Amino acid sequence: MKNIHVSTTVNGDNVEFICPPGETLLDALRDRIGLKGAKEGCGTGDCGACTVEMNGEIVCSCLVLGAEAEGAEIKTVEGMANGDTLHTLQQSFIDNAALQCGICTPGILVAAKALLERNPDPSETEIRYWLAGNLCRCTGYDKIIKAVQIAAAEMRGA
Amino acid sequence: MQYFKPQTAAEATDILAKGAGKARILAGGTDLLVQLKSGMIEPESIVDIKHLDGMRDITQEDGGYRIGAAVPGIKLGQHAGVVALWPGVVEACELIGSTQVQGRCTMVGNLCNGSPAADSVPAMVAANAVVRIVGPDGTRDCAVIDIPTGPGKTSLKPGEFVTSIFLPARPPRASDAYLRFIPRTEMDIAVASAGVSLELAEDGTISAARVTLGAVGPKVMLVEDAANAIVGTKLEDAAIDALMAACRAAASPIDDKRGTVEFRTHVAGVLAKRAARIAMQRAGDKT
Amino acid sequence: MNYPVKTKTDFKVVGTRVPRPDGVDKVTGRALYGADFSVPGMLIGSVLRSPHAHARIKSIDTSAAEALPGVKAVVTSADFGVPEDDFLRDVQDNCMARGKALYHGHAVAAVAAKDAQTARAALKLIKVDYEVLPHVTDVDAAMAADAPVVQEGRADESVPAGSGPNVTNFHEFGHGDLEAGFARADLVLERSFKTEATHQGYIEPHACLATMSAGRGELWCCTQGQFMVRELCAGIMQMDASQLRVTASEIGGGFGGKTTVFIEPVALALSRKSGRPVKIVMTRDEIFRATGPTISSSMDIKIGMTKDGRITAADAQLRYQGGAFPCQTVSFGAQAAFAAYDLEAVRAQGWNALTNRPKEAAYRAPGAPVAIYAVESVVDELCQELNLDPLDVRLLNAARDGTKASYGPTFDQIGLVATLEAAKAHPHYSAPLGENQGRGLSCGFWFNFGGNTCVSLNLNSDGTVGVTEGNPDIGGSRASISMMAAEELGIPYDKVRTVITDTNSLGHNDVTDGSRVTFAVGMATIKAARAAIEEMCARVAKIWGIDEDAVYWEDGYAKPSGPNAGNFEPMSIAEIAAIASETGGPIAGHHEVNAEGAGVSFGVHLADVEVDPETGATKVVRYTVFQDAGKAVHPDYVEGQMQGGSVQGIGWALNEEYIYGEDGKLQNAGFLDYRVPVASDLPMIDTVILEIPNPGHPYGVRGVGETSIVPPLAALSNAVSRAAGIRLHELPMSPPKILKAMMSKG
Repeated sequence: MKNIHVSTTVNGDNVEFICPPGETLLDALRDRIGLKGAKEGCGTGDCGACTVEMNGEIVCSCLVLGAEAEGAEIKTVEGMANGDTLHTLQQSFIDNAALQCGICTPGILVAAKALLERNPDPSETEIRYWLAGNLCRCTGYDKIIKAVQIAAAEMRGA
Repeated sequence: MQYFKPQTAAEATDILAKGAGKARILAGGTDLLVQLKSGMIEPESIVDIKHLDGMRDITQEDGGYRIGAAVPGIKLGQHAGVVALWPGVVEACELIGSTQVQGRCTMVGNLCNGSPAADSVPAMVAANAVVRIVGPDGTRDCAVIDIPTGPGKTSLKPGEFVTSIFLPARPPRASDAYLRFIPRTEMDIAVASAGVSLELAEDGTISAARVTLGAVGPKVMLVEDAANAIVGTKLEDAAIDALMAACRAAASPIDDKRGTVEFRTHVAGVLAKRAARIAMQRAGDKT
Repeated sequence: MNYPVKTKTDFKVVGTRVPRPDGVDKVTGRALYGADFSVPGMLIGSVLRSPHAHARIKSIDTSAAEALPGVKAVVTSADFGVPEDDFLRDVQDNCMARGKALYHGHAVAAVAAKDAQTARAALKLIKVDYEVLPHVTDVDAAMAADAPVVQEGRADESVPAGSGPNVTNFHEFGHGDLEAGFARADLVLERSFKTEATHQGYIEPHACLATMSAGRGELWCCTQGQFMVRELCAGIMQMDASQLRVTASEIGGGFGGKTTVFIEPVALALSRKSGRPVKIVMTRDEIFRATGPTISSSMDIKIGMTKDGRITAADAQLRYQGGAFPCQTVSFGAQAAFAAYDLEAVRAQGWNALTNRPKEAAYRAPGAPVAIYAVESVVDELCQELNLDPLDVRLLNAARDGTKASYGPTFDQIGLVATLEAAKAHPHYSAPLGENQGRGLSCGFWFNFGGNTCVSLNLNSDGTVGVTEGNPDIGGSRASISMMAAEELGIPYDKVRTVITDTNSLGHNDVTDGSRVTFAVGMATIKAARAAIEEMCARVAKIWGIDEDAVYWEDGYAKPSGPNAGNFEPMSIAEIAAIASETGGPIAGHHEVNAEGAGVSFGVHLADVEVDPETGATKVVRYTVFQDAGKAVHPDYVEGQMQGGSVQGIGWALNEEYIYGEDGKLQNAGFLDYRVPVASDLPMIDTVILEIPNPGHPYGVRGVGETSIVPPLAALSNAVSRAAGIRLHELPMSPPKILKAMMSKG
């Protein structure tokens, strides 16, 4: 088993790491690069807690090999805020109590950001289907959907 | 385990052929990584093919579209031409997994994974889609319906892999639709599914049809009796009844954690009916 | 100074919607959960689990695994002692099988290795020689006299003679003359129900990091109670509690499922043996196979009603299985079953039976949802048969202040009638329904707990305040505790910071369960604040040279109590803090209590569903929750509890279930086929908070966390019955079951 050298971009920074061929991007982000924001909830792409953006599309980082990150552009929850200034979605999640335990929150924020970049004014149904791959067991989704709607309205106005 | 990123299709087939069944193709990885993680498979090599020429392209060809093996679901849905010509295939592909999975999953992977419940496969069979295969002996084309041979099994020979899918041209008054039943609204594997592709004559009667079922047998089914039941009709009640009866007669599902024989058989008919009506509507709207 | 006995009603901070203090960490990915912590030199632990539902372990050969390069320790039950205490022994045996594997997924050995790949490879080298035994997973089958015996000799003294060998405990509650009651009824219905086990489904896997050397231990883990973890692990490791420090990470959901230990003693044992820190993170597959699902049940309900809707008698027989170890959850079910009703004649009996399933762990209102589902289904069917309005019937029979509850106590101030009236007055109850739609309702109930609690409140030299408490923040409790401290002290919310401490920095705290934290930790915080206020008033009295009694506290200031006390400029908390060293030293308050008076909580849910007549698929189209919160400290998070519990209940009602094969193996150990609700399955969950103050809390707070999972089961079943014209007596109401019922009705 030969380890692989990977050169990639994470949240705008050039990053290099070495990983075994079978290691997932999620494990590489967490254990090689030290970004613990993406979480492993299932390891099978069913919960969305590990959601990151890769080359402009959101993916479950548990279903991507670290080796596949070569030359890619990765964005994680750690890259959402601008210094001390939270992204509108992050602030909206706090203001609207859209998290209880918070374990699903990083994945949902990354997914919701990708939605609003494509569709600044999504309907409730569009938000619900876009986020169907992000399980939340605490909130019943109600406040999450509302927080996304409120953030979307704010971003449209801004 | 080794990770390979070959530069040519020939190099890829070479690794696959030498791997003697211990090599696996990686395109979207949404099935492969799950199988790796669970220990279900323990390949010696993984062959990443998505950087090969043409793998990520959708190109027009003879009035139809050739779709590269590594085109993810989300890109298919963004292609206006494919959506207009084969909306049923696109909607089937878009049902695979979550938004996140859509960023990675491919129709070819869905096909070659060999699941009887694969969403895009009944739609592709209804569309009479053809795959292009490269292998140690060169390139060959094969109808999608001839690829799956049973749960988890395909007719691909050692060293072969699929490089693209061809969705053919069709007459102007034609369309398709795909529906599946799942217990939730998302994130489930199809319990039963149906694809319908049809063409309309000048007077609005159905002049040609292909009806397919998924998840009600060991592999996708093309139900000729169901197609015959609606050809020459305008989907009047009697035709719908005959369509449903033919689908239910053809279905040979199993009882498992996702559904019962009784449920799957009944619902296969319901889905075929509903899909036929949607396809009819879409084809009619084109006039 | 003296505090009013009367419940406080004029609030400045409590009842507002302030931002939670841990919010920024949790939206930026900085918050550290169980799996997010690492230390240098750490090994990775992995657990080998039984492939059989029931098997005698004849031998375990670990030599090949131990010989694999990179493997640093292998443990089996031989590495643990045998605790004398039944409860502790069961916990340990569930963490590591001793003698027999009792369920598919039961841990039989574990390894610690330099990395995860090596650990997994080592597991494959462990040879376990099993003698496969007959198994039983169904509760009714397990109750039979000739059932495979899961564990010998586990029946306690409550079990009636002649019960099957797997019955471990029996409970009975009630009062009055049942026979006479049923004789007075115009209609008596008897119905039998079955419900499948569900899993808590927290998104965060169990994870821990253990370091154990020279008899001292450090443990980092995600848990609902670090003190519980310490008590269990110290007992299992046979060490003094003082030598094991447990730090709770942020917790990614628990719902009761993290109120015990699974991997923590194993990690400690691996660390002790290897001399290295050991981290274990469970896979989702392991979580489903080997951590706490809830009970499954089989129930018979008999209720009599007069034609004008008065319940004359009610009887319930509940049979629960809680897995391979004795389980008391059926007792809660039997107590809760009829709690919403004022009944002259009532009885509820409960039996627990052992099965070859994982050991039950608490899940939100444990035992209550299924019992109340069965009762509320029969009440609804009586209403249908007698053509009565189901809300009016609940109101007619509702438990109220002074009602002798079916489980013994007499209710004091309870909010059920007000909650029912709110539901009746709400536009949802009279809104028109569409085709194939139906509306169902159900009452729900949970006891709520108080329990052992310690809080320390420290005044900083700048007049800000630190609160130290010992219960993990599972859904916003840092905010609510800070709010209550700020309220009591009369200072702004952002002047208080609440931290959750490890086991060495505070006395014992019971686990975060029973909806106890906002109630009990809140009460202790208020009383700790009062202790600090008393000290501050004493210091000010000293400064002013007047009696302590002549100083009172208002809005963050010490003030002279009247003209006779003298004319002094009020002193702020900051002024008092600044000169504390000159008036006697640092100022703090603390409170330790075994809190009582938790105050029960009732809820009423209205659900509209639409059933597809051709497929049996059920869609929830409208949902409203009415619940008595006593006093909603942070309304956002109270609503969040009501919404989250409702959706867990909706999942239980429609699609969530443990599916076992004939071979006794769990067939759906993953989020793909264990189907928790996804965002697109649901409508908005509307909430109406009622505030009927709990006399047992200074601010009137009642626990709100658990009641909300109870009503959805019957509310949805009752709605399906009205939408589709068929009544199921089984959960979940998955589409094949609904379609089958509709087709057999024709």
